[in-house]
Amino acid sequence: MGVEYYLQQLINGICLGGMYALMSVGYSLVYSIMNFSNFAHGGVIMVGAYVGFYALTSLGLPFGMAFIVCGFGSGLLAVIIERLVYNPLRRRHAPSLYFIISAMGASIFLENFVVATIGPTPRNYPTIFANSVVKIGNLAIGLDSLLMIVVSAVSLLILMFIIQKTKIGLAIRACSYNEKASTLMGINGDLIIFIIFLMGGVLAGFAGMLYGMRYIVKPTIGAVTNKSFVAAVFGGLGSLPGAIVGSLLLGVMEIFVASWKSNLRDLFVYALLIIVLIVRPSGLMGKVTEDKA
Amino acid sequence: MSWYYIQGILIQSCYTLMVVLGLSVLTGYTGLFSFGHAGFVCIGAYISVICTMGFGLPYGVALLIAGLTAMIIGALLGRITLKLKGDYFCIATLGVGEAVRLIFNNVRIDTVINGRKFVLDGAKGISNVPLKTSFGVALAIVVVTVTATAFLLNSKHGRNMLAIREDELAAQMAGIDTFRYKMLAMCMSTLYAGIAGGMLAHYIGYLQPNMFQMVKSTEYTIMVIFGGMGSITGSVLGTVLLCALPELLRAIGDWRLVFYGLAVIIIMIVRPKGLMGGKELRVDLFFQWLAGLFKGKRKGAA
Repeated sequence: MGVEYYLQQLINGICLGGMYALMSVGYSLVYSIMNFSNFAHGGVIMVGAYVGFYALTSLGLPFGMAFIVCGFGSGLLAVIIERLVYNPLRRRHAPSLYFIISAMGASIFLENFVVATIGPTPRNYPTIFANSVVKIGNLAIGLDSLLMIVVSAVSLLILMFIIQKTKIGLAIRACSYNEKASTLMGINGDLIIFIIFLMGGVLAGFAGMLYGMRYIVKPTIGAVTNKSFVAAVFGGLGSLPGAIVGSLLLGVMEIFVASWKSNLRDLFVYALLIIVLIVRPSGLMGKVTEDKA
Repeated sequence: MSWYYIQGILIQSCYTLMVVLGLSVLTGYTGLFSFGHAGFVCIGAYISVICTMGFGLPYGVALLIAGLTAMIIGALLGRITLKLKGDYFCIATLGVGEAVRLIFNNVRIDTVINGRKFVLDGAKGISNVPLKTSFGVALAIVVVTVTATAFLLNSKHGRNMLAIREDELAAQMAGIDTFRYKMLAMCMSTLYAGIAGGMLAHYIGYLQPNMFQMVKSTEYTIMVIFGGMGSITGSVLGTVLLCALPELLRAIGDWRLVFYGLAVIIIMIVRPKGLMGGKELRVDLFFQWLAGLFKGKRKGAA
């Protein structure tokens, strides 16, 4: 095993990490404003994977179109969930505990709705790139891996641009510091929450489609979305750069653990979660908030 | 429906109730939320089976050891994580629950102890567990547990825990050692979960790590919410109803969990306090209510 082997694994890890990043920014965005872990996000990702599947097979759309439909579909779903499930709680200023429970309920609903209607059998995406590879020296990178890295990088860069450079991004950042004060300054809180759910949902759709292309579509991909949630905690819940860095690190580490002993990869991820929570619950880049009890 | 069938549902309700009761104390009285109690049930189940099948210990002792092991692990977890607030505690329990399942997924034991062959094979688990949880035994354990819990919650300690749920900062100012009471709730709930695991293993007759997925933890939590957090009678009602419901609705099959999810969302919006709303169903209160009803009527007549 030479350097190439490790480089190859590193690329696989970045691939996986990029996909985690697309998922985990959704968790982080919601946490930064609303202070709860939106477990329904996993369901949105799963539905995204199915939308992509049917866009490619039943509708026979070209790949690029399917991608857009997929992002649009899950973005819409995320916004609908916010309207129907979280909005009534928000109006009542319910404690964040209720939000988590509702999120769990929504995730159970989505997962089993798909099981009941489409069925639990896993489905394969049609082949889009017939195992074509790009060769760089001795390294062989599959076109699908390359696409994964490019899609994740571009969408994350666009997201970071929106957050850092635009007026809407400024409003989102203001809300994450202090929602009450920002609404008093004339920021429309409902609109901000609509936008973060939309952005998280669209990225979730992309992630779902990438996942489906590489692996398989099934209703219980919760194991993967849970890992992306771990990545968000690892990077620091509520911090966007944290979520991205955490996801990439987790992806690379997971691949290396898997290449060493494949049955330990899931255990490693959860062990890491526990260690992070013990040593530094605010994660790599999370802000350490003073607890107001 | 034969009695045998109903008995099965009742035994299932009994060990589920053990977990739900513990969780109800943890959530309802301290506001902490666990998404990993299936992990503690898993620990209890495996330890109890190792005790009975491996070491040939009697069933009762095995249950006790199972409960205590789960409690010790729960206490260790509590020591580390109880300082974390809300969400982070919930995430930590989620991690531990999954980690426990994955550890048992990777453990392989194949030995002969005292001339008995004992095989624990990772994801395949353990089979041929002796069926020792009869309805009588299960009911007796549950009755004892419910009574003990009721006594505890009606004591000074119960009121202290209630104070923590209502306002942690105020409780601390009033001189209540909040950490100690959270720890007590954590120990109680994991002890119950461990015993429940032992009961479950000796009722179903086989064990597989996949029986203790996160969905299971969520289901326990849903039962607590459905019945009303912190209400013992609520827990009993919620558990028995939600255990029996899927059996009655066998015909709808896959749609069962769809309605579960929907029900949780609706409960949170419409009646977040659950069926009993933190109140207890008590005989004396019932008579008071009846008397009030009659008085009201008489006033109306006059």
